[in-house]
Amino acid sequence: MIEIRNLRVNIEGKEILKGINLKINKGEVHAIMGPNGSGKSTLASVLAGRKEYEVTEGEVIFNGKNLLELSPEDRAREGVFLAFQYPVEIPGVSNTNLLKNALNEIKKYRGEVPLDAVEFLAHIKKKMALVELKQDLLSRSVNEGFSGGEKKRNEIFQMAVLEPKLGILDETDSGLDIDALRIVATGVNTLKSTENSFIVVTHYQRLLNYIVPDFVHVLYQGRIIKSGNKDLALELEDKGYDWVKDHINEFVMA
Amino acid sequence: MEKTDFKELLKTSFLTAEVGMNGERMSEFHQIRKAALEDFLSLRVPTVKDEEWKYTNITPITGKKFTTDLPAASAGIAELQKFFFNIDKYLNIVFVNGRLNHELSGDLASLEGVTISTIKEAFVAKNPAAERYYNKTAELKGNIFAALNTSFVAEGLFIHIGKNVAAEKPLRIIYVQKNAENLMVSPRNLIVAEKGATLDLIESYSGLDQTSSLTNAVTEIYASENAQVNHIIVQEENHNSYYINNIEITQEGNSNYKSLNIALGSAIGRTNMSTRFTGQNSEATLNGLFIAGGTQLIDNHTMIDHAVPHCQSHELYKGVLGGKSRGVFNGKVMVRQDAQKTNAIQENKTILLSEEALIDTKPQLEIFADDVKCTHGATVGQLSEESLFYLKARGIGDQLARSILINAFADDLVNRIKLEDMRNYLEAKISARLS
Ligand SMILES: Nc1ncnc2c1ncn2[C@@H]1O[C@H](COP(=O)(O)OP(=O)(O)OP(=O)(O)O)[C@@H](O)[C@H]1O
Ligand SMILES: [Mg+2]
Repeated sequence: MIEIRNLRVNIEGKEILKGINLKINKGEVHAIMGPNGSGKSTLASVLAGRKEYEVTEGEVIFNGKNLLELSPEDRAREGVFLAFQYPVEIPGVSNTNLLKNALNEIKKYRGEVPLDAVEFLAHIKKKMALVELKQDLLSRSVNEGFSGGEKKRNEIFQMAVLEPKLGILDETDSGLDIDALRIVATGVNTLKSTENSFIVVTHYQRLLNYIVPDFVHVLYQGRIIKSGNKDLALELEDKGYDWVKDHINEFVMA
Repeated sequence: MEKTDFKELLKTSFLTAEVGMNGERMSEFHQIRKAALEDFLSLRVPTVKDEEWKYTNITPITGKKFTTDLPAASAGIAELQKFFFNIDKYLNIVFVNGRLNHELSGDLASLEGVTISTIKEAFVAKNPAAERYYNKTAELKGNIFAALNTSFVAEGLFIHIGKNVAAEKPLRIIYVQKNAENLMVSPRNLIVAEKGATLDLIESYSGLDQTSSLTNAVTEIYASENAQVNHIIVQEENHNSYYINNIEITQEGNSNYKSLNIALGSAIGRTNMSTRFTGQNSEATLNGLFIAGGTQLIDNHTMIDHAVPHCQSHELYKGVLGGKSRGVFNGKVMVRQDAQKTNAIQENKTILLSEEALIDTKPQLEIFADDVKCTHGATVGQLSEESLFYLKARGIGDQLARSILINAFADDLVNRIKLEDMRNYLEAKISARLS
């Protein structure tokens, strides 16, 4: 699905990602954990194509294509989806309007026939049920006046509608109550197939109880310093990041 | 030199036209024209040195030789079709080259409690409301373009809504020009809403071809006690034409006036709109949207005069400027000493789509009362990069993403219109203008 090779990224001249290597196969879920400021959102944003970031070295191959050469919209059309850590509010643009345009643009890019109004509505309805999204959030302006939890749920709803190949969830669990967490996780699990992959950025083990990762990576100061299976998340929860920091030398050496 | 020429030329036109008049020459209506001509000739043509015209250079207008001889133009239904959607739902009043066209208009006598005629006819009929209110707004005095309008009004439009009458249909006034090269037309509206009357009023100004004309309009609106007037103005003159509109509203107690002033067209378009409260517990909403590109200049001056206590005003003007266009917003809110418990909100928001587009915005609050709630603000900016990225991250291309955001910004005001078909019509129009 995606292979990140020795990715180095600067923001305003400061190096944030210092050589990331990560390979994700079809059907896999990878969790990325790590303390605040370690570069998790930076990695997610670089993959989605945010332009403030300067890639100084490395490459990202996404289904055979050089991802970093594509515009953000083309990455989305190729199947990359970022569920934002902080979704922006867009006054005057309804969720429906956004999704209709997004779906059409994606279909056009892929040379598929766009959905007609009836098909679109049916598709939307199905996905709304999946994340138990309230009807009025559809006609309201994107994220405007949504509660923190509603914003996160809306991101997953959009992901469900657009059916990406690679879903990147940047702390979608933060700010969710237990019920919302379960709904979001169920949504992701329903979307999960052998054909798509997920990167789940989180600070908490609790999400990973629901979305069980195949791999867990610890990102620290711009490097993946440890990778493991789902037990690593439990260990982190138990011992905290201090444990990682204290053992950084061993990890890097290993 | 040019300045005197502008006045001299028009004076000559006036006198020539007068010679051709028969009985009308002695009419009361014409005496008002004559007095206005004197005013016009005595007033100085403004320049950019005048505070009120600082950003709007009108020498392209005053340097031009205009004819005032209104050519009769045969405009057919087909040309006007776009204005006639849902024709049964509205009462259309069509003016072609400054003259009322009865064939294209609906039945002016068809609404109960509503009197519609030309102002000229209303004077002949000695209509008391017409005589009482026509050209009486004090603020028009000293305004050279208002004086010019009054001296050249061909017929004018008088609308009277009787006491407690809710006009059964929205009135749709359609001013068009055709074969109007160098023509100056002087649309004039007098709208009187008596106590408790309700009216939806839509005005549109446009050309049926690309000839260069000057529309110099004046509208006086009187909202009596408890009256409610909803007013939409759509200026979509061709880009070779000039447009000046002076709109004066007077509001008695408990009245409610709402306007949405949309400017899409003209090379130079200037609107002065002002409302004054003469009675308590009144409310005014002055909203506006201007969209300009190329070398267009759109100038909106507004004034809300809180002369009495317990009134509310809301004002939001939005601009979208591209190319080398210029926008001017000058909004004054005056809260006089007596006007305690005033509530006034004023805002101007502009999006600049190009480096060369420019807005001069000047919100002004002048407060002489102490127990009031007033806010004002102006923002000027580009499209939000964050929002653009969000849309792109969903697969939407750069151009479409921009157009979605600009449309959302512009539609915000149109979305508040209650007439659904009018809302759809305007959304489509705005979206076409933006594309
Ligand atoms: N636009 C920016 N300008 C300057 N510095 C930035 C910018 N964006 C991120 N950084 C810096 O890059 C570093 C990594 O930030 P990033 O948001 O990727 O961390 P994170 O791992 O997602 O943290 P958190 O867990 O708090 O979300 C931080 O030191 C942050 O301050
Ligand atoms: Mg983050």
